[in-house]
Amino acid sequence: MSMGFWPFDSFGSWMLLLLLVALACSKASSDLNKSTNSTTQHGPNAWFAAASSEPDERISVFELDYDYVQIPYEVTLWILLASLAKIGFHLYRRLPGLMPESCLLILVGALVGGIIFGTDHKSPPVMDSSIYFLYLLPPMVLESGYFMPTRPFFENMGSILWWAGPGALINAFGIGLSLYLICQIKAFGLSDVNLLHNLLFGSLISSVDPVAVLAVFEEARVNEQLYMMIFGETLLNDGISVVLYNILIAFTKMHKFEDIEPVDILAGCARFIVVGCGGVFFGIIFGFISAFITRFTQNISAIEPLIVFMFSYLSYLVAETLYLSGILAITACAVTMKKYVEENVSQTSYTTIKYFMKMLSSVSETLIFIFMGVSTIGKNHEWNWAFICFTLVFCQIWRAISVFALFYVSNKFRTFPFSIKDQCIIFYSGVRGAGSFSLAFLLPLSLFPRKKLFVTATLVVIYFTVFIQGITIGPLVRYLDVRKTNKKESINEELHTRLMDHLKAGIEDVCGQWSHYQVRDKFKKFDHRYLRKILIRTNVPKSSIVSLYKKLEMKQAIEMAETGILSSTAFSVPHQAQRIQGVKRLSPEDVESMRDILTHNMYQVRKRTLSYNKYNLKPQTSEKQAKEILIRRQNTLRESLRKGHSLPWGKPTGTKNIRYLSFPYSNQPLKARRDTRAAEFTDDDSCHPGFPPVTFSVQSRTRSLQERRQVQEAIPMKSFHRGREALNFDDQRTGQKEHGGRDKRGILKPKPLFHTVDEEYASGEQSEEEASAIGPRWTAEQKQKHSRDHHQSHSPLLQRKDF
Amino acid sequence: MGSQASTLLRHEELEEIKKETGFSHSQIARLYKRFTSLDVNGVGALSREDFLRIPELAINPLGDRIISAFFPEGEDEANFRVFIRILARFRPISDKEKSKDAKGPEPLNSRSNKLRFAFQLYDLDKDDKISRSELIQVLRMMVGVNISEEQLGVMADRTIQEADEDGDGAISFTEFVKVFEKTGIEQKMSIQFLD
Repeated sequence: MSMGFWPFDSFGSWMLLLLLVALACSKASSDLNKSTNSTTQHGPNAWFAAASSEPDERISVFELDYDYVQIPYEVTLWILLASLAKIGFHLYRRLPGLMPESCLLILVGALVGGIIFGTDHKSPPVMDSSIYFLYLLPPMVLESGYFMPTRPFFENMGSILWWAGPGALINAFGIGLSLYLICQIKAFGLSDVNLLHNLLFGSLISSVDPVAVLAVFEEARVNEQLYMMIFGETLLNDGISVVLYNILIAFTKMHKFEDIEPVDILAGCARFIVVGCGGVFFGIIFGFISAFITRFTQNISAIEPLIVFMFSYLSYLVAETLYLSGILAITACAVTMKKYVEENVSQTSYTTIKYFMKMLSSVSETLIFIFMGVSTIGKNHEWNWAFICFTLVFCQIWRAISVFALFYVSNKFRTFPFSIKDQCIIFYSGVRGAGSFSLAFLLPLSLFPRKKLFVTATLVVIYFTVFIQGITIGPLVRYLDVRKTNKKESINEELHTRLMDHLKAGIEDVCGQWSHYQVRDKFKKFDHRYLRKILIRTNVPKSSIVSLYKKLEMKQAIEMAETGILSSTAFSVPHQAQRIQGVKRLSPEDVESMRDILTHNMYQVRKRTLSYNKYNLKPQTSEKQAKEILIRRQNTLRESLRKGHSLPWGKPTGTKNIRYLSFPYSNQPLKARRDTRAAEFTDDDSCHPGFPPVTFSVQSRTRSLQERRQVQEAIPMKSFHRGREALNFDDQRTGQKEHGGRDKRGILKPKPLFHTVDEEYASGEQSEEEASAIGPRWTAEQKQKHSRDHHQSHSPLLQRKDF
Repeated sequence: MGSQASTLLRHEELEEIKKETGFSHSQIARLYKRFTSLDVNGVGALSREDFLRIPELAINPLGDRIISAFFPEGEDEANFRVFIRILARFRPISDKEKSKDAKGPEPLNSRSNKLRFAFQLYDLDKDDKISRSELIQVLRMMVGVNISEEQLGVMADRTIQEADEDGDGAISFTEFVKVFEKTGIEQKMSIQFLD
């Protein structure tokens, strides 16, 4: 934190250079602007005129026409500058954890503003009402709607709606009314700011952007419910403020506002509801339409992102046409569409959509912040101590009131109530953002003679909250969180407590419990029965992950078959029984370092809501972790399959030893894979048998073709049975009745065991059918089959095949 | 499946379960619904594959062991009694239970039973001790790919060293419990069961 924002390493110096170049350019351009301004009176033929006024009428070889490109040029420069700043920000590792990225953007904006002000340049008209509402706002809202983790959202929807809706209203009206009372005091010179103006100001200042601070306290173990509340609030907050804003502006336009009757107020309330719900309704419809269309795009996957974006945007526009809330519409569209679109589109389209969305929203936000910076350093301010200070004070007070009051009520109905600590965090994360500024800036001056005052006050609040609250919220959360004593835990404790965390997470998954189980269950049934049939493609294409796994498998299997040597993956060999002679006493430093190694390398407990960063898409560590775990399980399984009876530590292959191996279904790791992808968006399809199975999967312990051929020899049924028992290195395979022979494990044949697997298969009813299937699919299915009771296995397999 | 879940359990069974596990009526009904939804083949008992169908368990590092815990020695199927008995260990300890002391058998969700359940995750061969190899196995499962075998071995040794008091080179249950005597693990090993 002592270093500035510009790290002074080599990259930093390059950046500084670039910055200076940019400065020079803009200075030059502004000079040029002045000069060309005078000459470009004649329109497009200006340069001809300029040329012709030259003494020698020659065609000039080198011309400069800045006006033509001014707007896009400067906008591009701004965006580029902000991006460079972000790169610098992230290069210096500690910074992102210290302050939210909005700080950085504001500073860049202020810098650009300073430059523009200093060079007396006329800034491009980036921000006017139509540009903001039509082009800048939708991407931001779309992005936040799309990345919302849906399952926790719906599970907590009651609390979220209760908090976001009434919360925004309480804040808006509370601040408005209090400020009105302040304005009544003659001494402050604010008496011409009437009630409506104050209410309007209240509504625009109450629009918060707490997601911006999430990245800061991400590392602290903030519970998922808290995440959801903050997300939900962000999501709905914009929509509600804008609706309120529009209604109040409509009121203001009614010139005889002293005659506002209760009828009007009631009409206002009704309109509020209609606008909100209508927006959501349209959003849902458009979401379904676009999901439906993506069902048919498998041959032209290049237009899939286009469809997604165009439909979302269309939902926004249609809603705006009807004076409904476009923001809520686009949010609802994104939330609805996501689940189905994700399954339908190809992997690359999916990635494209995600990245493009982030990019667009980043651009919008950058532009708004820069514009904010530009208007900060300018002449259009009006400073009034009373108004501004009281605004700040009231913002905090009313937020506190709304948080504690509303949560007090909702805690009574929640299964997992929010602690006071959580509520404090929610209170403190009330950071204002680009939304408030935009709404303030776009106030029509004709209706609001004191507009400058509002803008100034808004800017002060934003700067205060973003910088002060944004920077201190991290330490605050960590302070609140570190309730456990600071003493270092022993290795034992750490290890065992992590074990318990995993255990608890696992048991929770077994129980499958989340609140509102029944409602979700019903929705899922409805979803699977009707919606998915309509909206999702019938043959799900292979994802690239699957094909990658398959290739990996094939390669390794072929290697193994040919050379008999296991490919050296670091974790594929279960630990050898190397005994260190004697146990040496370790020095404290060793212990320390060991403890550190342990802490850093232990797998994290699965979180239900994966972390969300507003500003970039980090690869989820949990995905890597999940991949590792899955790969390891396959490998250990293959290992033991291969080695069969001789497990490294020499005990007889009692199932006890191998209990930790398991035999995943063929489609199940894929589901897990998908679910880790989907888990980002938390769609829980657990245990639904109708999940479209991908039978050629991750775990085809693929036998190469040669092996398979070897196996087709006839082996008598008896030895098959014995072999089968021998294969029972896993408890679950002994689902059959004939498993009594656990001790017969020793009789294993020297032949690799999986041959008997094939062979059992060959003796099954469906052997012909299955044998005709190609490669991994065959073996995968047979693995599936083998893992169950022989008889039972047929029908599920059949079912699966039908898919 | 459906709203008649609880009627599928006979009343006496329900009472027995209630007494044994301490769950309330509605909790048992809900868990029974979950049980039946996991039991896709409708055989009235869960096999390992049924558990494996839960995707989060596949990516839980200890997934396999957790599943194995549901299958007591020598069996491949977990009926509902077994299922709920295991889950009962995770019931939070309510205050009035704490004060019941030594009246009657120890409840399933006592602190000692919780710890024993965790202990059993390590101790596969059920000799009431966590040996070095068992510890290394679990360590390996819980740790990423960057740790070499020797490092794991050293860690395991150190762990045993720390906890081992009687010098037998393994961690017994009492030693295991001792590690936690100052920390409250009840929260870690308790789940809020929904009604």
